[in-house]
Amino acid sequence: MKNILEVKDLKVSFHTYAGEVQAVRGVSFELRKGEVLAIVGESGCGKSVTSQTIMRLIPSPPSIIKAGSIIFDETIDLVQLSLKEMESIRGSEIGMIFQDPMTSLNPTMTIGKQITEGLVKHQGLTQEKAQKQAIELLLLVGISRPETRIKQYPHEFSGGMRQRVMIAISLACRPKLLIADEPTTALDVTIQAQIIDLLKDLQDKIGSSIIIITHNLGVVADIAQRVAVMYAGKIVEQGTVDDIFYSAQHPYTWGLLHSILRLDDEEKSELVPIEGMPPDLLDPPLGCAFAARCPHALNICLKEDPQTQIIQDEHSMACWLMDKRVKVKIC
Amino acid sequence: MSETILEVNNLKKYFGVTNGVLKAVDNVSLSIQRGETFGLVGESGCGKSTLGRTIMRLYSATDGEVLFNGENVHQLKGGRLKQFNREMQMVFQDPYASLNPRMTVGDIIAEGIDIHRLYSGVKRRERVAELLHTVGLPEEHASRFPHEFSGGQRQRIGIARALAIKPQFIVADEPVSALDVSVQAQVINLFKRLQKENGLTYLFISHDLAMVKHIADRCGVMYLGALMEVAKASELYRKPLHPYTVALLSAIPIPDPEVERKRERVILEGDVPSPINPPPGCRFFARCPKAMPECQVNAPRLIAVETEHYVACHLYK
Ligand SMILES: Nc1ncnc2c1ncn2[C@@H]1O[C@H](COP(=O)(O)OP(=O)(O)OP(=O)(O)O)[C@@H](O)[C@H]1O
Ligand SMILES: Nc1ncnc2c1ncn2[C@@H]1O[C@H](COP(=O)(O)OP(=O)(O)O)[C@@H](O)[C@H]1O
Ligand code: SF4
Ligand code: SF4
Ligand SMILES: [Mg+2]
Ligand SMILES: [Mg+2]
Repeated sequence: MKNILEVKDLKVSFHTYAGEVQAVRGVSFELRKGEVLAIVGESGCGKSVTSQTIMRLIPSPPSIIKAGSIIFDETIDLVQLSLKEMESIRGSEIGMIFQDPMTSLNPTMTIGKQITEGLVKHQGLTQEKAQKQAIELLLLVGISRPETRIKQYPHEFSGGMRQRVMIAISLACRPKLLIADEPTTALDVTIQAQIIDLLKDLQDKIGSSIIIITHNLGVVADIAQRVAVMYAGKIVEQGTVDDIFYSAQHPYTWGLLHSILRLDDEEKSELVPIEGMPPDLLDPPLGCAFAARCPHALNICLKEDPQTQIIQDEHSMACWLMDKRVKVKIC
Repeated sequence: MSETILEVNNLKKYFGVTNGVLKAVDNVSLSIQRGETFGLVGESGCGKSTLGRTIMRLYSATDGEVLFNGENVHQLKGGRLKQFNREMQMVFQDPYASLNPRMTVGDIIAEGIDIHRLYSGVKRRERVAELLHTVGLPEEHASRFPHEFSGGQRQRIGIARALAIKPQFIVADEPVSALDVSVQAQVINLFKRLQKENGLTYLFISHDLAMVKHIADRCGVMYLGALMEVAKASELYRKPLHPYTVALLSAIPIPDPEVERKRERVILEGDVPSPINPPPGCRFFARCPKAMPECQVNAPRLIAVETEHYVACHLYK
């Protein structure tokens, strides 16, 4: 299977008055064609910076891509593109859906205009053809009476409908890759179910490759084939959904899995929080970033950052517990 | 054994808006026993916060009554009112917006103590230190400002503030929704511990059904200003009766890929309708997969279908 995206050792920082915020500290992952990859982790761990860097949406300054490459469709390194080149890719080959559908739509422009704009610009369609396609797209994302809807403005739509419109816009040019950053976080659960269903449908019918960023592990279990767990600017564990849910190896992943509740639990299980807070990325710790909160931390963890190692097939993680030189038992 | 601490009878809270009447809470009745946690769930805009705020007297009632320890809270005056304001406290959703950025943590926590002139000087300082300790923060934090704290820490400060004057009843409106899951668990465990230690009663408002199932003894499901179903939390999840509850539970993905692969979802069409000039009949009619002709005309009343299991739906007579 071919990779639609290969991110290698990506490092992104922000220069602020307080110093350098190391938001992304060496992230590597791959996305196969037609696959859904979920990126999970606590707020501030670098999920949005990673995805916005792929889209080259973060202004520089204050941000700089310090290292790494982002190979799209096996040939193009997005890091090396000029902003102008990037703009044409953004409108046509990579689509993005953001958390807040209200702020990402233009309030002064009709929905129809916002969908057709890209079609006219990137695909050279006539206004008439673009209009027809806009109506089809709205139908595809489940908006009824699209003929009247395209003449309306965003404020006339509910939150869930705006998110559908966003999806319609990002699909307009049939992108090879769709990046959805917390697409359902601002929505109610019944609407979330509709949007997730829609994304699954797109994967099935159009074969879209999707990166979904979320902190909701239920959504991950529902939609993803592979999962990357991020902590403090790094991917600490990565694998298939089954690897992560049933044979997680990293203490942070264990912590995440224990701190969530399941609706189908028979008993009222004890909630086990991860004590403490993630580190400040202005001054990340020398060793493993999770060491201060990790119940299994060893001396070496405080001094040296563990390297990512392959556990089996696609399952990898970065933790000293995996090192052959470390002999410990964990129960 | 059980003693009713709060009783809400046919409570209505309407807001006048330009194009009609917004029925945020429409004829809600429920009762809460001393020492229990009553969970209130429902989608955005269904009236959870408005109900909580009307119970707290932050809003006047349009109609109906709220009895706290047998007294109508909307008719309290003078000393009785002051007493009520001490006994019922609120913890808010947004740990960022609900703390005054210009006040020290100590002064924020002591706000109620100062208003009610409970302690001063050393006594006041000791009480603040004790409260910080209770919610798991070091007492040195009293002299710091809210912006120096993380979301979870701020929510602990909000809880310490609510506890300061030893309330009996706490309305917690989405107290953990703004927090990361790992931190949510910290705050939820704190809520549970404080209840055990102080015999508190909670009205716990949330749109996170798994969270409510975990913390609540009984649970009410709201839709468009009205209660659709009330039952023991475990019963509600094991055996939901109202079509809306069934759809709501089915919409929530379970963090377990095996389970998700096998699950069939009831996906509701459309959005929650506007609460402005709502149509007569059942509130859920427009989205209900089981709707019948009479549902459009007659609004079902909340009735006991089984012991302690109440449902407002014409399917259950
Ligand atoms: N002061 C007000 N004036 C007019 N309408 C109001 C007012 N407060 C609330 N409403 C409306 O009342 C309805 C119920 O709102 P409420 O805040 O109680 O919902 P909620 O269930 O708490 O939702 P959420 O889950 O989003 O917090 C909504 O339609 C809201 O817009
Ligand atoms: N414009 C910015 N200036 C400085 N720091 C930033 C900026 N945007 C993001 N960051 C920091 O980068 C880190 C990662 O942020 P982000 O990717 O938004 O996290 P999340 O995983 O919640 O999406 C955080 O520490 C955040 O504070
Ligand atoms: S490297 Fe050490 S501190 Fe980090 S997760 Fe592994 S055991 Fe814990
Ligand atoms: S009363 Fe009718 S419309 Fe309402 S929930 Fe029951 S079956 Fe559905
Ligand atoms: Mg983000
Ligand atoms: Mg609310």
